[in-house]
Amino acid sequence: MNAVELPPPVETEEVNYLTCECGVKQWLLTTDHKRIGILFLYTILVFFTLAAVAAALMRIELLTPKGDLLLSADYNKLFTMHGVLMVWFFLIPSIPSVLGNFLVPLMIGARDLAFPKLNLLSWYLFVIGGALAMDAIIRGGVDTGWTFYAPYSTTYSNSHVIEMAAGIFVAGFGSILTGLNFIITIHKMRAPGLTWFRLPLFIWSMYSTSLILVLATPVLAMTLALMAIERIWGVGIFNPALGGDPVLFQHLFWFYSHPAVYIMILPGMGVASEVIPCFSRKAIFGYEFVAFSSVAIAVLGFLVWGHHMFVSGMSPYAGTVFSLMSFLVAVPSAIKVFNWTMTLHRGSISFSTPMLYVLGFIGLFTIGGLTGVFLACLAADVHLHDTYFVIAHFHYIMVGGMVTTFMAGLHYWWPKIVGRMYPEKLGQLSAVILFVGFNLTFFPMFILGGLGMPRRYHAYPPEFQIYHVLSTAGASILGIGYLLPVIYLLWSLKFGKKAPPNPWGATGLEWKTPSPPPKHNFHRTPIVHEPAYNFPPLDAS
Amino acid sequence: MSIPVLPDSASTLAPKTDLILLALTALSVVVMAIVFLPMIYFLFKYRRGRPADRTPLDLPTMKIEVTWTVIPLVLMMGLYAWASEVYLEEETPPLGAIEINVVGKQWMWKIEHAEGNAEINELHVPVGKPVKLTLASQDVIHSFFIPAFRIKQDVVPGRYTSEWFQPTKPGTYHLFCSQYCGNNHSQMIGSVVVMEPAAYERWLAESSPGQTLAQQGASLFRELGCSGCHMGNSVVHAPRFEGLYGKPVALQTGQVVIADDAYLRDCILTPAARVPGGYSPLMPSFQGRVNEGEIFQLIAYIKSLASAPVEGSPP
Amino acid sequence: MNEPPAKVQFDNLEQQHDASRLGMWLFLATEFLFFGVLFMAFAVHHLLHPQAFASAVKQTNLLCGSINAALLLTSGLTMALGVTAIQNGRSRACVNWVSLTLILGLVFLAVKGAEYAGDISKGLVPGRHFAMNGEPAAQIFFWLYWLMTGLHAIHLIVGIVMLAAIAWMTKQGRFSARYATPVELAGIYWGFVDLIWIFLYPLLYLIGRVK
Repeated sequence: MNAVELPPPVETEEVNYLTCECGVKQWLLTTDHKRIGILFLYTILVFFTLAAVAAALMRIELLTPKGDLLLSADYNKLFTMHGVLMVWFFLIPSIPSVLGNFLVPLMIGARDLAFPKLNLLSWYLFVIGGALAMDAIIRGGVDTGWTFYAPYSTTYSNSHVIEMAAGIFVAGFGSILTGLNFIITIHKMRAPGLTWFRLPLFIWSMYSTSLILVLATPVLAMTLALMAIERIWGVGIFNPALGGDPVLFQHLFWFYSHPAVYIMILPGMGVASEVIPCFSRKAIFGYEFVAFSSVAIAVLGFLVWGHHMFVSGMSPYAGTVFSLMSFLVAVPSAIKVFNWTMTLHRGSISFSTPMLYVLGFIGLFTIGGLTGVFLACLAADVHLHDTYFVIAHFHYIMVGGMVTTFMAGLHYWWPKIVGRMYPEKLGQLSAVILFVGFNLTFFPMFILGGLGMPRRYHAYPPEFQIYHVLSTAGASILGIGYLLPVIYLLWSLKFGKKAPPNPWGATGLEWKTPSPPPKHNFHRTPIVHEPAYNFPPLDAS
Repeated sequence: MSIPVLPDSASTLAPKTDLILLALTALSVVVMAIVFLPMIYFLFKYRRGRPADRTPLDLPTMKIEVTWTVIPLVLMMGLYAWASEVYLEEETPPLGAIEINVVGKQWMWKIEHAEGNAEINELHVPVGKPVKLTLASQDVIHSFFIPAFRIKQDVVPGRYTSEWFQPTKPGTYHLFCSQYCGNNHSQMIGSVVVMEPAAYERWLAESSPGQTLAQQGASLFRELGCSGCHMGNSVVHAPRFEGLYGKPVALQTGQVVIADDAYLRDCILTPAARVPGGYSPLMPSFQGRVNEGEIFQLIAYIKSLASAPVEGSPP
Repeated sequence: MNEPPAKVQFDNLEQQHDASRLGMWLFLATEFLFFGVLFMAFAVHHLLHPQAFASAVKQTNLLCGSINAALLLTSGLTMALGVTAIQNGRSRACVNWVSLTLILGLVFLAVKGAEYAGDISKGLVPGRHFAMNGEPAAQIFFWLYWLMTGLHAIHLIVGIVMLAAIAWMTKQGRFSARYATPVELAGIYWGFVDLIWIFLYPLLYLIGRVK
């Protein structure tokens, strides 16, 4: 592969991807991966805010055992809205579509993704899908839960199920195109000398995530399409009255949605694997193991969907096989945690904001992962399934894992994205607030689940109240932990200190180009001679 | 009000499940200690600016990686085997259990005892005896969850599922629907009352409707006109039920099935699907004409004929 | 022969070609999983209702299905010959082969249309007027029949439009032995449409037909 010499750079520092051609039309028709990343950032923040408001209302309702603030129908619509928007319109696109879009070409030394127009198309598909979902919510909402179990969704629910499914279907194609673009780009467009084992681990995690996006999303799309068709015409594939099988829906749904859980954590692991070496000034411990564990999670993730169905009436012997696979998938996650910890050994550790977020992530993810083992464990799962224990577990993974690392990544690459520094002290403060608020919100739910409190309950027996009050109190702290960064990050856009190309002294190609980067990323194609995280050796001092 | 921390433990299964939960918790604490203690130590010792020996060590990476891959793997396989064994026991009801039928529908539980007693959102059972529940749903998927017994089973429309338990402690316990089933999902709750055997017998007698479930089935059998073909000297060639329940039936296709609850239910709702050998598919479907509770009654009646003398031509 | 320069994100045409081809393969993998749900639903219901499926399969039009299988398999060959032709720089031959493929595709659609008309008159559309009322599960067979063949037909129509564009562009001299990527991509896509039919044909016309 030959590096093509680009024309010599224009020596005015000011022209970068943000400042060139900045009309509305240039933004909406951009094919620049960095701008598309920013378009995604704004869009997902809108969905995050809406979904967070739904969660806040639910938490307020749950302060008292009686359902006295909301009608049960409204409560059901709120948790559906919270789930659908958070899963499909925030978490799945969060790190991949925002940071991944921005960073994949920069990190591998390419000028753009392989198919820039498809990339723009995936944003438009995402927006159209989101608009459909919002329209379904505005016109009265959906009350099936984000899982759309048949036959409730196909026959019994009186809400806008079809439009919501259509929204997810369309947005799903956006995900497929993003994943496809990343895989091809990582395969074919790495800079000279950037071999597979010199890639940053973030790229490995993006690659694994993309594999899941590409291979699982079509199954979801078709399953939701079948569900909608069944609702319109009464097909009967999932309807027992017509000889159909409602459990088949669950198999198809979880065949996508369990791997999708890994879409919601692998990218976070990628961010952690970038941040920890940078703020420890040390190469990551066991690079190959961290890299391959991502791929192992992606592959094993396709074989464990049945652990959502241990009490569904599936054959108990199938249950034992799925349980075995689920235990196995815990191992690569454990490997990552051990390697991150070991990376700290003999490092030079600075507690900058991204590092604080990532340290919080390791704690929360460890708890989330260990409680996942509870749920893989057959006899334990029979008791804990569909209780608050499950809610707590997956929020430790999705919020404690993914949202925390999304914040870490956003702070870590913020200087690169906008060319400005954020106020460090406030950043550290909000990382701590997030950690405290999160634990207070979700830890009581483990106990609630153990006591048998079922999920999706609008009212509950009074002896559970104390834990709900704690959780709601935690949620208000968590809310501050989200608001604070919004304020100071916006502030930094105008008043932040100008960022140098490499404010953290990090390795990696994205730091070898100006902040913010020029339109085509690099003034000349970089050539790589060294492994990833090649920090100068530390000494005795 | 006291703050609950652990759920009631009131079945033979509860201590077995709790032991697994305890082991999992202990394992979690150990793993967290193994991860967090060194992490906190490293964070303190190697924080930037603090003098420390940071010269890179030449560690045997491969050995370390293999160690911390294999140890968790072995531990997990042990837990897996243990929990799976308890689970399989949980899935296998013992012989001679008291059989109770449960119908879930939006948004209530209807319970039918073999003695004919029926109750809504309440389940009375005697202490110390195994109870097997056969679960059916009239509409969507529900889930029958008794936290104090550590059991849960989805109730799926179109098929029977079952779960069993043996209560160990008299008392009143929560009964929840744990699979989201629509608007009043959180109202689909009730209580399980575990009674001393004598009190249970008294309760059965006091709330008795006067007819056992099988007798209720027998009257339904006549009302629906089933008896016209399946009984007496009918001109229609239809299978007889005496001595049928629990026996193998050879189908037209040559396949052999056991005449159990699930097969009988299918025959009532989709008679054409699995016709016994030697008969023509003449029977109309009763889909929409009988509800799940009535099907339970009909099956109870057919079951009660299992030991009756065989009359007429054997199938 | 004019040859377009590589797009700005690529170093050279070869890289662009590799990326496009790999992209098409990956796209088809997603398409296969998309159909996979229907195959899975079919397999599960076949197991649940063997009798109903066996009697339903006897109602489909074996003759039309077989003619169409032959047509599509032949079109696979002609498309491959078209791709080989342009790779060897013979664009006239390529236009001819691609046009022939296109015509075979159109004939397939015509046969399929006639078959659909026959199916409708035989009452094989699920719903109130469904002919096989005795067996509810036969409806599921026919739902899947219409969904699967319909989805396949949509893919085929997309393929035909693609081939028309390719034939026209080849005629304009846009492709050569050095730059034939779009022709190859169309060829790969057409192969996929073929392959899906190779799965559908036995499922919907053959299995369970003869005892």
